[in-house]
Order: sequence, then C-alpha cells, then structure tokens
Amino acid sequence: MLTRQERTPIIPEEEQATKYQIIVNEDWCKGCGFCYSFCPREVLEKSTRFNSKGYYPPEAVNIDRCVGCGLCEALCPDFAIHVEEKKAKIKAKKGDK
Amino acid sequence: MDRLVVISGIGCTGRASGYFAADSYHTTHGRAIAFASGVKVANPDLKPVVISGDGDLFAIGGNHFIHAARRNVDMLVLCVNNFNYGMTGGQMGPTTPDSAITVTSPDGNIEHPFNLVSVAAASGAVFVARWTALHARRLTKSIEKALQKKGFKFIEVISPCPTLYDRYNRYGSGLDVMKKYREISVIRNFTDPMKAEIDYRTRIVCGEFVDTEKPEFTDLLAQQSDRLQKR
Repeated sequence: MLTRQERTPIIPEEEQATKYQIIVNEDWCKGCGFCYSFCPREVLEKSTRFNSKGYYPPEAVNIDRCVGCGLCEALCPDFAIHVEEKKAKIKAKKGDK
Repeated sequence: MDRLVVISGIGCTGRASGYFAADSYHTTHGRAIAFASGVKVANPDLKPVVISGDGDLFAIGGNHFIHAARRNVDMLVLCVNNFNYGMTGGQMGPTTPDSAITVTSPDGNIEHPFNLVSVAAASGAVFVARWTALHARRLTKSIEKALQKKGFKFIEVISPCPTLYDRYNRYGSGLDVMKKYREISVIRNFTDPMKAEIDYRTRIVCGEFVDTEKPEFTDLLAQQSDRLQKR
C-alpha cells in the first residue's frame, strides 16, 4: 500500500478552459433588445452609445459569465450577434504536494 | 443539403427561400405546398421544406394544406403565424383571434380562428408541433426531429407582428410580446391538439402534439407502379 507521500494527486496535466467571445455586428443591429433581455446568464447589456442607424446595440459586459449557449444568436432577428468559442490552454493547478 | 429544397410562398415569410444556401423556390401565393408536392413526386429523393405564413398556408392555400396532409406527402411545413395578413397592411385572416382588432376588424374580430395544430392533426399530419419565436432551441430540435421523419410534418411558430397586429391591439413592442410569450407559454407535449389553445390573455400551449408513423404517398405510388408494371 502506498503511503501518503508516494501517492500522486489525480489532477489532469492540462485543463482546457473554454471561453467565449461575443461578436456584435453593430451596424446590423436594430435595437430590438431580445439578446440582452433573454440572456440566461445576464452577459449582455444595452450599451450607452449609438450605432450608425441610431439604435443602442448590445454590449457584453459580463463576458466571463458566458457559457456559450448561443440563445442571443438564435433569437437575433438580424443575424447581428455571434458567439464564438475561444480556446485557451490554462495550466492546471498542481496539488499541494 | 444537396437534397434539401426550400419552398416559400408569398407574405412576410416569403423571402425565407432566398436566405438559404440550398435549392429554393419562391412560389405563387398560396401554392407553396402544391409546388412542394410536385417536387416530391417528381423526384422522391428530395426533401421539400415549405416555409410560409398563416395567410398563405391556411387562407388561400388551405385546401392544398389539407390534402397534402391527407395524402401524407413527405414534406416539412413551417408556418409562421402572426395572426394577420402582415404584408398587405394588417387585415384580419383565418387565424385572427376572437375580438382582436385589425385594419378590417376595427371593432373586434367576430370570426372564429383556426387552431392550426388541430387542423394539421385532423388532416393526417404525422408530426405536429407548436412553438413561439422565443423557443428557439426547442424549435430547432423539433425541426431536426421532423426532418428525420417521413411523411407530412407540420410545425407552427407563433411570431410577434410589432408593426401591425401588436400595435393595433396595444400589445407593445416586439420585446414586450416576447416577454409575454415567456410568461404565458406552457409546454404540454402530446396533449390533444384540440385542447392546445392560443389565448394571448391566459396561455399559449406549446409542444410536440403528434408523432406517429404512416405510409408515405411517394412510397405507395412507387409500389403501385411496380405492381402495375409486373402485371
């Protein structure tokens, strides 16, 4: 039987943390508000600036909370919003020992 | 995608065929299902998908719908229901609810509306579902499921009409209507389509109501022609 010192912790070498980025084609937006009203994680918010048509496009304020469900993309009537997966390799934290 | 044919009729949804990177038809008013039946019978390998509105499919094209469903011609029919004739200026149609205000019913509609899922189920569709525009995920899943089935499939999509119908009836902006859908829609899978009501004040019953199997028209046609040629 292994002693406490001989055992290695079961932690994967590298952990892939997936992050998402939200791309808004602001000039296509007509400010209907579906994306920021129905986002289940409250990632998006109405921005304070105008686009070229004079509407308020959405803004990803809490991008860290995004889980990439893509509901904003599915609901947008003007195809102006896209959720993209951004893969970043983050070293897993080793155990204390 | 090679076998997909997107067919749309006339109306607010008529432009849909132009948005697909697939073979598509933009057909005459009300005849989208007639074109789709022709596509399917001429080349049974193709998969026609009809995308059209309630006025196109159930007012002028009502008979085509009923009889394509009765024959069980293999196609998927997506009906975008906004409760009025939107493109021509918001007149009342066969799906306008009781006492709703439109251009041609300024004092409230006195006609009784169609319950589209009930019509489809009674006519013999093998797959019948209803979702609102808010149920984008469930709607996508239903479309996926329907495309893998053989026979006449019907999906109704309740959609806001913020410029005409919702404005005359004081329902507010498109966002208000979508929020109302979230409030009042209930999902009741495999409930009786006759009882699947749409009432903007109380509730909209969504879900997949019918999922059965039936011999398909072009299969039966091929079998019959084989039989006759052997004779």
